[in-house]
Amino acid sequence: MLRIKSIHTYYKKIRALSNVSLSVRENEVVALIGANGAGKSTLLNAISGLIPVSRGDIFFKNKKLNGLKPEEIVNLGISQVPEGRQIFQPMTVKENLELGAYVRFKKREKKEIAEDFDRIYQLFPILREREDQVSGTLSGGEQQMLAIGRALMARPRLLLLDEPSMGLAPKVVTTILKTIENLRRNGLTILLVEQNARAALKVADRGYVIETGRIMLEGDSEDLLVDNDVRRSYLGKDYEKFYE
Amino acid sequence: MIKLLSSSKWKQLILFTVAVLLIPQILPSDYYFLILNIIALNAIVVLGLNLLIGFAGQISLGHAAFYGLGAYISGILTASYGWPIFLSIPVAVLTTAIVGLLVGIPTLKLEGHYLVMATLGFNIIVSIILVQWDAMTGGPSGLAGIPYLKAFSISIDSDRKFYYLVWAVLGVLFCLSLNLIDSRVGRALRAIGEDPISASALGIPVERYKVGIFVVSALYAAVAGSLYAHYVTFISPKTFDFFYSIEVVTMVVVGGIGSLWSGLAGAAILTMLPEILEIVKEYNVLVYGAVLMAVLVFFPEGLLPGIKKLWQKRQGQVHE
Repeated sequence: MLRIKSIHTYYKKIRALSNVSLSVRENEVVALIGANGAGKSTLLNAISGLIPVSRGDIFFKNKKLNGLKPEEIVNLGISQVPEGRQIFQPMTVKENLELGAYVRFKKREKKEIAEDFDRIYQLFPILREREDQVSGTLSGGEQQMLAIGRALMARPRLLLLDEPSMGLAPKVVTTILKTIENLRRNGLTILLVEQNARAALKVADRGYVIETGRIMLEGDSEDLLVDNDVRRSYLGKDYEKFYE
Repeated sequence: MIKLLSSSKWKQLILFTVAVLLIPQILPSDYYFLILNIIALNAIVVLGLNLLIGFAGQISLGHAAFYGLGAYISGILTASYGWPIFLSIPVAVLTTAIVGLLVGIPTLKLEGHYLVMATLGFNIIVSIILVQWDAMTGGPSGLAGIPYLKAFSISIDSDRKFYYLVWAVLGVLFCLSLNLIDSRVGRALRAIGEDPISASALGIPVERYKVGIFVVSALYAAVAGSLYAHYVTFISPKTFDFFYSIEVVTMVVVGGIGSLWSGLAGAAILTMLPEILEIVKEYNVLVYGAVLMAVLVFFPEGLLPGIKKLWQKRQGQVHE
């Protein structure tokens, strides 16, 4: 579904991604894990068209995304849930969700949008309760749910999730992970970026490990979870065992 | 797409209409009409500017130029070329909107201070043209002999008659704007003002919206400008220099950014303030400055929202 072929991106003169290749198949959950500054968000922003790709190609359903504007990419069916949620704080929950459906009002899809509101409120009942509340007053977990709901309002085929567990209580993280599994069962394809490697690999089919702008490892989630390098670097586990 | 306004908005609008119709009955002299008319003209410019600043988050210090273009184009077409007013005003407004588009496309790629500088530069260029192009504009001494507005056999030649016209125009534009900000377009604009990158990630064409709302605000200013020209029948470049641009931006900020009613309040207060300050004679500029500073210090979110907050606070204390 999504194929990235050896792309490079730059911030001014600094190379943020070098020779990154990655693929996501239909109805798959793929995790991209790595430390701060490894290039995870950069990769998502490159897919969304928010930063330019200077070399290599990105294909979505065999259509080339390079050079397309962000709004054109959203129209093709890719939605991003940005890092740190980035909801529109002074606006109400409902207005945020309406903005998520921005690309769809054009096509006179009022009824479907009303159904989608219902679907999202079923997924996150708390959002229905808080419908008319200014979204800046929501808790971190609720804001994350809103951000995911907002992205879903565009009816994407591929959802890009940037660190959905960031700054959330463990219990809320579990809820978010369950939601991801739920969405996949309903046919969505997901590319999940996480620092919380263990959580991400638990819900993902496959994973990529990115380090200083390069893909270091890729494989099935089960294999990565037991891979010694991954365990040492990202799972913070079995240090002693490893060095013994 | 025209959508009915919500009921609370209707109440406010009806109150507003009643006030506009009642005020002339109690006003003692025509001098007050002059002030009320200037308030309405300023309010039209502020209305457009508030959409640009308060919603899309883009600051312009060039709107006096659009106000001036509206006034001069309609003024020249009628005074020098004998065009009828019902043609000259639409031509003036449309031409100004096109100028707004041509200015907006390159300048709105800029952000923050750079956008302010670019629009300010545009304002100064227009001012220079108005002064230097003597043969066309009448130069620094201004353009005289602009006819009064005339519809059928009614000539709008008094302050009182113009009062009804200009407040009606303001009312219509106000309703249109209220409708706009409540729509999908309005939400998109607010999203851009809030965070342009997130907005574009949702599929909102940010550039197009920024330019679009800039053109709309230029258009509002041109409407006000052309009405002004046919009201005072004499215009000179000084009215349209960048001090006026600063004045209208101040009205937006003092009234309260991002609420159309606050903008109206800002226009009313800052237009009346110099008149009221006549009582302190030569200290009026000083007091004017002090009032502005006090507002910004004590009500940083603007006068109307600030007062509303204070009021709610007091209500809350009463309940306890």
